[in-house]
Amino acid sequence: MTFLPSLNSVNPRRAFAGIGVVALLGLGVTACSSDSATGSGGDSGSSGDYSIAFLPKNLGNPYFETSDQAAKKAVEEFGGEFKEVGPSEATADGQVSYINTLTQQGVNAIVLSANDVNALCDALKEAQDADIKVITFDSDVDPSCRDAYVSASSTDLIAQSQVDLVAQQIGEAGEVAILSASANATNQNAWIESMKSYAAQKYPNIQIVDTVYGDDDDQTSFDKTEALLSTHPNLKGIISPTTVGIAAAARYLSTSQYKGNVALTGLGTPNDMRQYVKDGTVTSFALWNPADLGILASYAAKAMIDEDITGEEGDSFAAEGLSSNETDFEVGDDGVITLGKPFVFSADNIDQFDF
Amino acid sequence: MISSTVQQQDEAQRPPTPRAPRPGTRLRKALLGRDTAIIALLVIVWLVASRSVQNFDSPQTVYYLLLDVFPVLLIALPMTMVIVTGEIDLSVASMMGLSSVVVGVLHEHGVGISLAIVVALIIGLAGGALNGFLVTAVGLPSLAVTVGTLALYRGLAVGLLGTTAITGFPEQWRDLVSDRLFGRGTAVPGIILMFVALAVIFAVVLHFTTVGRAIYAMGLNTEASIFSGISVGRVKFWLFVVTGLVSSLAGIYWTLRYDSARGDNATGLELSVVAAVLVGGVSIFGGRGALPGVIAGVLVIGTLRGALRLADVSSDVINVATGVLLVLSVLVPAAGSALRHRRRRPTVRTASF
Repeated sequence: MTFLPSLNSVNPRRAFAGIGVVALLGLGVTACSSDSATGSGGDSGSSGDYSIAFLPKNLGNPYFETSDQAAKKAVEEFGGEFKEVGPSEATADGQVSYINTLTQQGVNAIVLSANDVNALCDALKEAQDADIKVITFDSDVDPSCRDAYVSASSTDLIAQSQVDLVAQQIGEAGEVAILSASANATNQNAWIESMKSYAAQKYPNIQIVDTVYGDDDDQTSFDKTEALLSTHPNLKGIISPTTVGIAAAARYLSTSQYKGNVALTGLGTPNDMRQYVKDGTVTSFALWNPADLGILASYAAKAMIDEDITGEEGDSFAAEGLSSNETDFEVGDDGVITLGKPFVFSADNIDQFDF
Repeated sequence: MISSTVQQQDEAQRPPTPRAPRPGTRLRKALLGRDTAIIALLVIVWLVASRSVQNFDSPQTVYYLLLDVFPVLLIALPMTMVIVTGEIDLSVASMMGLSSVVVGVLHEHGVGISLAIVVALIIGLAGGALNGFLVTAVGLPSLAVTVGTLALYRGLAVGLLGTTAITGFPEQWRDLVSDRLFGRGTAVPGIILMFVALAVIFAVVLHFTTVGRAIYAMGLNTEASIFSGISVGRVKFWLFVVTGLVSSLAGIYWTLRYDSARGDNATGLELSVVAAVLVGGVSIFGGRGALPGVIAGVLVIGTLRGALRLADVSSDVINVATGVLLVLSVLVPAAGSALRHRRRRPTVRTASF
């Protein structure tokens, strides 16, 4: 109702002409911007260039922002053209629309983190038919519909790095407990198995005395940490290979008498753990570095466009600029390329990360 | 406001009188007004995109566009009728998820795919009947009922399957939804024939039958149409049933196209359907709108989004553009009728003095 008087003071015909002009301007603007955007994209479709499109699970996700920014830098360094597209919600159908679009645009490679193992397959196969290389990272699709998968790490490397971290922090001797997610989480159980055998073999003076389950719930994990510490008075360290668990355990430790006396490590994100690293509750923890993941996926895409690798087991290629300074990578079983040991975050480097 | 209500009652009472308009009058009228505008907009968007967006002008664009908007096109048909009666059904996307999960779970347990589809369609019928019963027999507002069943059907879907996905549906069924009508590289997916057939049926019912005229009448004025002998409750009940059925059909399509039955399939699609119906010229207050405009509305939104995606416009900006289109499509005709109303008022005054 309130807008009517103002409309009344304007000549109605002029008002409609105004709306029409605005609409036409809008169309014109999109038309112009699209001209410039795709104009250069079309050129890079020719041989010799690398037009590489990153398709994260969704846009505005800090984890993928980190990897895509690093990837952009890497792609531009080797003279390629980078672009990042994706749906605003992490859905499979949203990604399918983008895969179709990229297929039409004729990019050289699509690098994606999949929202569904199978739902993207038909679209990805069409992309492959159009001679586009398909590389997944972080989250894989069915191996039959991609050329390679860049995996953050392997079960053994993840398990070993956490045991090494806790061993460093407690002087390679004493009682250690594990705070896991749920009792039937496949990846958690595989890591815990591997931790136990690695610890028994490499650190004979460390005993893993208990495994408790916080169900990836903040309050449950908090309570289980409290219970662990009271049932095991000699406990020297806790490993929590879950981001929810390690944050809850750190919150408990930071306000308890055990702060600084009981070591805590595991898999966590820098944003969750920053305050506990700064207040001395946690010395160091691990997670894959999404920036490295983006860089390695970019180089894998480049090697594949150059036809240096096809995704066969044993193919090898080089990458530059990783935080581990490693440069040589080999394609493993099922087209899986493994980044390596998880990245260790500590007070020295945590402020370089925001995810 | 007063004069327009009087006018609405006049229109509503017209059908049963001997001077009832010939069948299709409303369709012909609509084609000259709002629907022409939205069809013209579709043509303009298409032409501008073909000229300025690289790779847009290809059969692939049409093919992907039609596959992407297919579920929205399907559900928009019954949704148009529901909204024209002055009701709404927000549970459609949840029903898609539920039917997708039902097909998936049955398939996983070794039930043949055609039987699984039949069961899913029956569940669609039942879900629609529940909506219809609560709205017409119990007399609850459809907005409240279908917001409730939106949560209910989605909850059942996610509860049945958890966060897992069921895949591996038979190749020949999946090809059925993605095969092209005229062979490799051509524009038209064969599945669109199903939509065309349904669209013809819905258009005939809405624009050329007494049921169709009753649907408009009850949207303009429920009481007047009851007094005119229209069984408002029965028509609305069956509209909800049909909406449930078509939604479950769309859910089956979704499952086969993406080869993935998940509880969260098609989350939020109900808003795309309602948005497209409104862009297509249907009044959310009921009584106005026609199917050609609605179909063009679905295609306008799909084309705009597809073209912007091809032009490398980010998805947030695409959402903003879609939102602006929706607001404009509601605002422009409202402002137009407000202006017309204002211009007419002085004559009304002189007449009454």
